[in-house]
Amino acid sequence: MTAKPKTAPAPAATWTRKDLVSIRDLSPEELTLVLDTAAAFKQVSAREIKKVPSLRGKTLINFFVEPSTRTRTSFELAAFRLSADVVNISASTSSLSKGETLKDTARNLQALHADVIVLRHSSAGAPLFLAERLESSVINAGDGAHEHPTQALLDVFTIRERLGHVAGLHVAIIGDILFSRVARSDIFALLKLGANVTLVGPSTLVPREFEKLGVRVTHDIDSILPEVDVVNLLRIQHERQRKEYFPSLGEYTAFFGLTRERAARLKPDALIMHPGPVNRGVEIDSEIADSPRSVILDQVTNGLAVRMAVLYLCAGANHTSSN
Amino acid sequence: MLLLRNGRIIDPANKRDEIADLAITDGRISSSLPPGEPFDEIDCSGLVIAPGLIDLHVHFREPGQSAKETIATGARAAAAGGFTSVVCMPNTSPPVDNPSVVTWIREKAEREACVNVFTTGAITKEIAGEELAPIGSMFRAGIVALTDDGHCVQNHELMRRALEYARMFQLPILDHCQDYGLVGKGVMHEGYWSTILGLPGWPSAGEEMIVMRNILLAGLCETPIHCQHLSSAGSVRLLRDARARGVQISAEVCPHHIALTDESLQGYDTNFKMNPPLRAQSDVDALIQGIADGVITILASDHAPHCAYEKEVEFDMAPFGIVGLETELGLFLDLLVHKHKAIDLPRLIAMLTIEPARLLRLDRGTLSPGVPADVTLIDPDLEWTVDASTFQSRSTNTPFNGRPLKGRAVRTIVAGKSVWSLQDSPNSSVAAAASAL
Amino acid sequence: MNPTEPKPPSPPAPDAVLVLDAQAIDRALRRIAHEIVERNPDPAGICIVGIPSRGIEVSRRIAAHIEAIEHVRPELGVIDVSMHRDDLRIRPKLPMVVASHLPPDIADLTLILTDDVLFSGRTVRSAMDSIASFGRPRRIQLAALIDRGHRELPIRADYVGKNLPTSPTQRVYVRFQAIDHVPDSVWMDKQ
Repeated sequence: MTAKPKTAPAPAATWTRKDLVSIRDLSPEELTLVLDTAAAFKQVSAREIKKVPSLRGKTLINFFVEPSTRTRTSFELAAFRLSADVVNISASTSSLSKGETLKDTARNLQALHADVIVLRHSSAGAPLFLAERLESSVINAGDGAHEHPTQALLDVFTIRERLGHVAGLHVAIIGDILFSRVARSDIFALLKLGANVTLVGPSTLVPREFEKLGVRVTHDIDSILPEVDVVNLLRIQHERQRKEYFPSLGEYTAFFGLTRERAARLKPDALIMHPGPVNRGVEIDSEIADSPRSVILDQVTNGLAVRMAVLYLCAGANHTSSN
Repeated sequence: MLLLRNGRIIDPANKRDEIADLAITDGRISSSLPPGEPFDEIDCSGLVIAPGLIDLHVHFREPGQSAKETIATGARAAAAGGFTSVVCMPNTSPPVDNPSVVTWIREKAEREACVNVFTTGAITKEIAGEELAPIGSMFRAGIVALTDDGHCVQNHELMRRALEYARMFQLPILDHCQDYGLVGKGVMHEGYWSTILGLPGWPSAGEEMIVMRNILLAGLCETPIHCQHLSSAGSVRLLRDARARGVQISAEVCPHHIALTDESLQGYDTNFKMNPPLRAQSDVDALIQGIADGVITILASDHAPHCAYEKEVEFDMAPFGIVGLETELGLFLDLLVHKHKAIDLPRLIAMLTIEPARLLRLDRGTLSPGVPADVTLIDPDLEWTVDASTFQSRSTNTPFNGRPLKGRAVRTIVAGKSVWSLQDSPNSSVAAAASAL
Repeated sequence: MNPTEPKPPSPPAPDAVLVLDAQAIDRALRRIAHEIVERNPDPAGICIVGIPSRGIEVSRRIAAHIEAIEHVRPELGVIDVSMHRDDLRIRPKLPMVVASHLPPDIADLTLILTDDVLFSGRTVRSAMDSIASFGRPRRIQLAALIDRGHRELPIRADYVGKNLPTSPTQRVYVRFQAIDHVPDSVWMDKQ
């Protein structure tokens, strides 16, 4: 009896989007493609000459209406390593402060033949707004409380790199979920890749409504620590807008902070993650932030690789559609 | 002299629903035409002859915001929607909080409007919710109701005094029910979709809190209050219970709150951003049920024109509201009468004629002999598609462009003169500055 | 049917003609291995660098043959070329990127770039460009299983398995057991 020939491997997913606006839009195959591409680009930063010519001659504009040094620097470096030209615009230097609308500012940028616009904005939906109206590629670097796609991508990349896979893992996201774009993007990415997600935090900041997305919600951090494979801590702030949501940072830390005692109850190879910047002593004990299980710095390195991959995929070829 | 021949006359005030002719003499309804005089005739076979429709919630933006709409263009939009009388909200620039602005509007309307334009006055000075506006003087200047629409008096004591003071003049109070604390910066219904989209939510309780406030004050002051643009199931439940106990509270519903849900906001299209917001399917169902069992007695549009450049911005920053006069009747016919069969045609017409007329004590909304001949001819089965480029309104901010509807006004008659008819309206776009939706 | 006789491979396209079978491929690669060893006597001084995707299989085989001859296995590497392509703008689809691996210090090494088919030469140019961002190797040589002519750049192979005259529009197909799960074979479209 002759053996049946093995079927040829499935064709790899292709990327046809000119923009990256949300994780929620992506298929699991597209997500995996970004991660695989990022793995290749991670190697570039280990070379003597950390540059490839993939985006040579292309112009990237970091348009940060909401300020951020870390994310902007990461995108800037990613663009440089792809040989693109970079310009940084922040809200105070832009005409937005003089009353020009976002749409007009963006169209002016396009008139300068900007190939990529990386947008961080405090209004949810702003990157989609631009992506629909511009021929330039639009990359969402964070829009209000909606999404922060590259953060989620680097988070799942880090998990995959350290633990070998994402499917079947139990991931806890801890902190202010309600106002967090990182939490939303992470939830979508983790669920698409087959992980189980538990959200933890004060009931005012982690409403049960989130359960409709397919995640668990608990307000008792101690009950889940021994079960989880990954702990992702979100930065907690007690600014003016949050004062009605919880009484003080001290109370937050007592009930939800990753203290030394709590960290000791984690599985030995559980990962400790944080999108940064870290509030030492608040959401995480200072020593724990520097411990071997903490992959916070890996996240930064991987963020650069992920952003190179995203820029390569969206702007490397001439995609025209938004989906 | 005009004879409307052979139409289905639906005049709820006079409990009339029959095929007959309607005579109009010297601009008034008459029981018959004087014999021997020449007259014009309109064949109304297959059409409904209704009293001129009344929309008691529109924004005509004058004085001060005429880029969005003027009294003249707003009136034309009303006529194109089949409305012969409209009631304007006072949140203009400056607001209608003193008699001279009232007079300005009335005189402008007299000169330029092709339909009857009634005006409301603000409850509080500058619509700031702190001190009573000169209600008596505004009454003398001709307002038909009081409202802080766009805003809501948060101070319950002040609202109580406003109700008691307005009672002297028998001025109805219309309230935009919104509790600022609960609503906060909300821009869409607080629910599953606001969670996914990361937009601040406007919980139903924010409306219900004030509906409850109004029910209590209506009881306390023994004066009627009318709740504008109801949007939530909870509000309907509160209303049903209060009305059953005999409280003098009424409410209106706008077409978008029964045509759309918060799911439409996925694309962050600001043409779906309204106040109060589009809510969940369960709210839509409750509103339709409330209309069907008579808890909700009035229908309106909340026609809120905005320039394209004002709406085409980030979602958080866009103004709330959509135009509605030219799609209102079509949507209500299509959804309430045809699709959901919640009410029959005579009841629909009553909710747009005699019900608002009674609330505001307007001498309109009937076809009784002797009243001014405001008449709307309706083809209840006409299938058409909404085309914003043909709107008479200066603005085209609508989520309904391209939507197929069944039922439409085909002619609008004010004081015996035809001010709009479907067959004579131009098909080309009117507004110069409209950009693609 | 004799169960030990290998099944004849089936053509990848209806009009394709078999150019090299498994035996011929193996002989060619063995000969290339001998030539490499002849020109580079010290096996520690070379690194066989495969160009994805099929060049990797070629490099693996050549390294195995060298090991059989010299009893020392030479270093293996991979060099991604897609990040350095000069035609990204024209291609409708983005090529898949792969992580590159080269020994940490290539300054004293002779890198032997390996690919299955040498055609326009642009892939090899991209590979050399990519290598430049790792450092400056002592020498770069080029081995190709098939040289089908029609160079668009001044590039030539140091080691060639078979010269195959083709017209520019004829397609050449290379199949490897390890990748394609069919017997090793090289085909080309009929004229």
